[in-house]
Amino acid sequence: MKETTPINPESTMASSPTETLPEEFATSRAEEQIAIATQWQLMWWRFRKHKLAMAGSIILILFYIVALTVDFLAYANPYTSEAQRSLMRPQAIHWFDNGKLSPHVYGVTGARDPKTFKRVYVTDLETKISVRLFAKGFEYKWLGFIPCNIHLIGVEDTRAEETLFVLGTDVQGRDLWSRLMYGTQTSLFIGLASVVLSLILGVALGGISGYYGGIIDTIIQRIIEILRSIPTIPLWLGLAAALPGTWSVQQVYLAITLIISLLGWTELARVVRGRFLSLRQEDFVMAARLAGCGQMRIIFRHMVPSFMSHIIAAMTLALPAMIISETSLSFLGLGLRPPAISWGVLLQDAQNIQALAISPWLLIPSIPVIIAVLAFNFVGDGLRDAADPYG
Amino acid sequence: MIAYIVRRLILALLTTWAITVLSFIIIQLPPGDYVTSYIASMSASGVGVTEAEAQALRIQYGLDQPIYIQYLKWMGLIAQGNFGMAIEWGRPVLDVIGDRLTLTVVISVAAIVFTWALALPIGIYSAVKRYSIGDYIATFIGFIGLAIPGFMLALIVMYVGFKYFNANVGGLFSAEMADAPWSWAKFVDMLKHLPIVAIVLGIGGTAQMIRIMRSNLLDELRKPYVMTARARGLPETRVILKYPVRVALNPFISTLGYLFPYVVSGSIIVSMVLSLPTVGPLLLKALIAQDLFLAGTIVLMLGVMTVIGTFISDLLLMWVDPRIRLGKQ
Amino acid sequence: MHSEHKPLLSVRNLKTYFFQDEGTVKAVDGATFDVYPGKTLGVVGESGCGKSVTAQSILRIVDQPGRIVEGEIVLCCAKGTDVELTKLHPNSKEIRAIRGTEIGLVFQEPMTSFSPVHTVGNQIIEAIRLHCGISEREARAKAIETLRQVGIPKPERRIDEYAFELSGGLRQRAMIAVALSCDPRLLIADEPTTALDVTTQAQILDLLRRMQEQRGMAIMLITHNLGVIAEMADDVVVMYLGRVVEQGPVDAIFHSPKHPYTKALLRSIPSIESTPRVELPTISGSIPHPYNRPSGCPFFPRCPECIPGTCDTAEPTPIAVSEEQSVSCFLYPS
Repeated sequence: MKETTPINPESTMASSPTETLPEEFATSRAEEQIAIATQWQLMWWRFRKHKLAMAGSIILILFYIVALTVDFLAYANPYTSEAQRSLMRPQAIHWFDNGKLSPHVYGVTGARDPKTFKRVYVTDLETKISVRLFAKGFEYKWLGFIPCNIHLIGVEDTRAEETLFVLGTDVQGRDLWSRLMYGTQTSLFIGLASVVLSLILGVALGGISGYYGGIIDTIIQRIIEILRSIPTIPLWLGLAAALPGTWSVQQVYLAITLIISLLGWTELARVVRGRFLSLRQEDFVMAARLAGCGQMRIIFRHMVPSFMSHIIAAMTLALPAMIISETSLSFLGLGLRPPAISWGVLLQDAQNIQALAISPWLLIPSIPVIIAVLAFNFVGDGLRDAADPYG
Repeated sequence: MIAYIVRRLILALLTTWAITVLSFIIIQLPPGDYVTSYIASMSASGVGVTEAEAQALRIQYGLDQPIYIQYLKWMGLIAQGNFGMAIEWGRPVLDVIGDRLTLTVVISVAAIVFTWALALPIGIYSAVKRYSIGDYIATFIGFIGLAIPGFMLALIVMYVGFKYFNANVGGLFSAEMADAPWSWAKFVDMLKHLPIVAIVLGIGGTAQMIRIMRSNLLDELRKPYVMTARARGLPETRVILKYPVRVALNPFISTLGYLFPYVVSGSIIVSMVLSLPTVGPLLLKALIAQDLFLAGTIVLMLGVMTVIGTFISDLLLMWVDPRIRLGKQ
Repeated sequence: MHSEHKPLLSVRNLKTYFFQDEGTVKAVDGATFDVYPGKTLGVVGESGCGKSVTAQSILRIVDQPGRIVEGEIVLCCAKGTDVELTKLHPNSKEIRAIRGTEIGLVFQEPMTSFSPVHTVGNQIIEAIRLHCGISEREARAKAIETLRQVGIPKPERRIDEYAFELSGGLRQRAMIAVALSCDPRLLIADEPTTALDVTTQAQILDLLRRMQEQRGMAIMLITHNLGVIAEMADDVVVMYLGRVVEQGPVDAIFHSPKHPYTKALLRSIPSIESTPRVELPTISGSIPHPYNRPSGCPFFPRCPECIPGTCDTAEPTPIAVSEEQSVSCFLYPS
């Protein structure tokens, strides 16, 4: 646009205050712009106006960046444990040293209290350990194949595991920050994988139900209704408990993903069915049928693209439930098992209220859970509103 | 009306059947059968079980027969009120469950009462005063409630109680009342503990209900009958409460059908953290110890309970909505 | 016009705007007209010209974010006192006492205008009890009587039915019964026949006319249907984009329309005498978007008789072309 348009494209999509106001209006550039905009452009224009959804998307992008770069962000090996460092409190990073920018932490020495047998840690104000950016640390393979040993932060001349505890340590003396990074990766990807699995189930069954209608629809609807009226958690607990204890971490990971995805497909199926039912009546579907298109072609070339946006919105809204399910299952000890690291596994340490009272930082892993779930909800709400650009 | 009841009843029976099958699957899933684990636990406690006794047990439970016969046998035993033995406890399952199931119902109902008592007025306020500060605050709190899983909230409540009030906020009874037989004093004691439990358990549902009530009511407020009521000269509060709120209540009542399973599900995990005497911790223990008759029975009972709850909500809906009562969709 | 009578309701320069994020919609933008006792005023215009909002403004039931920003609405009450309705708070006792008793309202959609979970009787009795302060029994008797008057068979039984159990015609009759239950002196009927089939339409119009004769009340009939206007109205107000472009007695409007918009509207009515296979004249273009209304005369972009340089810059004011007819158009010099 060369000149400033007085009307921005969004304004014309707003619903009129009364039903009597006209939908169309005299020729204007804005109208033309809307007429030629693609469905995705329209969605984006609407989505952009939803401030919380925009904030949520930025947060989610950051979350997935974290998930892709965990090894770089973690400075300590998440599995290295040491009883000597059990339950150390988070260290503050001091940014200035004598007025100069020189981030450092103070050394900590631990000793066992002779009376209570508890470990007590004393901050040693004499020892300053400087914290560096892009420090060398433990070796890892980025994305599984690029060998590397650079980390976002680290300490010089000594191993990060022994001196740096930004968020403290757990009972086994493992660095909580680094474990939290790995937990984020696991939990986010389990959520994503489960939602994709339940999407496949939901689209298949919801699609069949909505496309064919009749008796098949009735049967699938009854099944969904039955599944929705069953208290799911005890059932999934039962399924999860039946996983053999001898299974490897990967097998459990896969099985839990499957179990969680069984939980979420009904809502997706409901959305898909609703869309199918309304689209079946549309003229363009009839036109495609009259033109001799096969059923598969009608479904995948004509119908699915027109409700893709709704599916994406429903998926985003289903994800938080998946993340909470994984976290809950693992928290109860029936989901992922150590040595796997996920938000739920990390929170298992916070189960004991006495331990929690002494080491409240064990509750820190709940913060990313809450933020991620909120962000997914905001984005999902924004997408749902934007999915109907003409509505 | 009759058709509606019959349809709902059939669905309730079908759901019950599905739950029995799923519970049976849970009992069957792990390797080995009930008798193997029974023998294992008996010999662990020093009581030997002879081969003949084992065989007799196998025949009693029909373990030597095909799976569907086993299912039918199990159903038959249940019909007679025999839910099997809780291996870990060495007592019949029903004994072990005791009044924990009742307490689960009490807690769930309390949570739902709390949910509705809070969600209704807030939802109405949010819809009527749309885009006001209060609406934004309610929406925000709603989102937070949605984002904090029940167990996490329970943890936070426990932590705050322990750290700042030096009180154990968990449990449903005071320490001295926990094992006492039922009495008025024990009942009062329970009522004192119930609010925190109901809040922790209900807050997630409340957030959802506020959103449902708000959007239902917003839809209704736009309808012409609200304007006609106003045009008749009714006071504004009466216009809102008698008409759109009343209509918006119907879909709200129907949410009870899935609010109930949701709350019962949530109670399992929350009970763990708050150490409540519900079936939750028992189920978890049974699952971890692979005490499958106990676990299967609990899943079955929870399931049947929700079916009954859902059916009651269906009847309630029929009672309040003339469109359903008079057979108009 | 009707100088011998004092108007029952007189609306002067009414402006009702809707304030939205995207801009202000001027739904009613300077409407002026009078309703006389015992007479029928027809308000006609395309959809979106502000007819319904005018009716809602009179009763002060405009929904958020709409607001009356200017003008006055004076109602001559039964006691003989004049009340300025725009000065009242929309929830005040005074305006609530006027709704139902002085002014009754009938809506277009009888189905959605009744609550789906309350019986028809419940909604009539409620209004009667509120305004007349009589017992439940008496109110019920009065409600049944009103239902009988509007021609609902077996009113004793119908009164306990729900709106969805009634047929479309009966529903609209019940709607009229609700509006008439407290004997208003002015009935505002907002598209009362639009949702009905043609025979039922005729019956409802007939009913309205009968009720007017029996009760001597004034009717403000809002419609887009010129046929209904011709049949019912004594006086006509033609609205376009929230403004009154022409008003006068029904004969004058139909036989010597002055405003190009009125002329165009009348031309677009299909007639039995018109030549077959000749395209029916339509008004070119469509109503401008409410955010984007033209400057000058609102009708100039679509007007066949537009005077360039005048119509697109200045706003015309009402000019009396005869004793009873006035028009807002530059074609008629003052």
